[in-house]
Amino acid sequence: MIVRILGEGQLQVDDSASTELNSLDAVLERAVNSGDEAAFRSALVALLDRIRALGTPLAADSLEPSDSILPRADADLDEVRSMLTDEGYIPG
Amino acid sequence: MSVMKRVSLIFKSKANRALDRMEDPRETLDYSYQRQLEMLTQVRRGVADVATSRKRVELQMNSLRQNQNRLEGQAKQALGAGREDLAREALSRRSALQSQLTDLENQYHSLQADEEKLTVASQRLQAKVEAFRMQKETIKATYTAAEAQSRIGEAVSGISEEMGDVGMAVQRAQDKTAQMQARAGALDELMASGALDDVTGTPRDDIQAELDSMRSGPDIELELQRLRGELGGGSTQAIEGGAAASDGAATSDGAATPDGAARPAAAEQPQAGEGA
Repeated sequence: MIVRILGEGQLQVDDSASTELNSLDAVLERAVNSGDEAAFRSALVALLDRIRALGTPLAADSLEPSDSILPRADADLDEVRSMLTDEGYIPG
Repeated sequence: MSVMKRVSLIFKSKANRALDRMEDPRETLDYSYQRQLEMLTQVRRGVADVATSRKRVELQMNSLRQNQNRLEGQAKQALGAGREDLAREALSRRSALQSQLTDLENQYHSLQADEEKLTVASQRLQAKVEAFRMQKETIKATYTAAEAQSRIGEAVSGISEEMGDVGMAVQRAQDKTAQMQARAGALDELMASGALDDVTGTPRDDIQAELDSMRSGPDIELELQRLRGELGGGSTQAIEGGAAASDGAATSDGAATPDGAARPAAAEQPQAGEGA
């Protein structure tokens, strides 16, 4: 599967990693819902670190869309919340 | 639903809206390509803006460091002259500048990181735009409108995702740059207005003035002594005459006559005329 980390680019990650990544993603989702900034930060960093460790960067001229997209590491909680709800948020 | 899926769905719906806009899907290719070129221009401008901002911060850092060095020099000079109070004052001003310098250094590193990220993003977008352009030409040459639909969808949603990502990065960098420019502008204004003179120690600051007066003090005393010696303890009348005689030293006598007094005034008039 292809995962994009916003601000960093796309990575090809083996499908076998999806169970592990999904469980890290679930922790992140709980943190976003609870509004706990510290929990949110550590969950986001943990997930991104794992993706970076497992994935290989896609060629720059690839035009493939991603299967999953994640916020950048220094995104704050409010930003991620509005990203999940606001339709007009993404320019381009 | 998970964060990963939700964010990607929002990107996809954005790409789909772009696809739905045109009747002939092949028009979508040209429309999207135009948008890509615009975004490339925008991201390059973003890189330039961040670089400008970084250079400005760099200039301010240099000027603060110069001020710090001067204050340290003053502290040494004051200490050498046995003025510990003055040295202490210079050093305390020097350390007051440090927090401002640290703040600027943080801004500098943050701008530098943004610049690098945006540069990489712009190179990546450029590679994708070029790939898209080639694919667009192939699709237009090979397929009918109906056949082209699915292939166009893939190409457009892939690049639309990249555009969304880069677009957010540029917007963020521009917001941040605008904020930093405003802060840098405020600091420039403070420096220019002289409000920071007490802290930054401009060449005519009070520490320097006191150091200068300490240094010139003995010389002035010597000069006075020399002048007194030349006058040979003459009367007060002779001293008054001596002052005027510097003007009319060539005239043998009557240096203090109304004639002599009128001369400087007459000499002033053409000068005033020149200025007007």
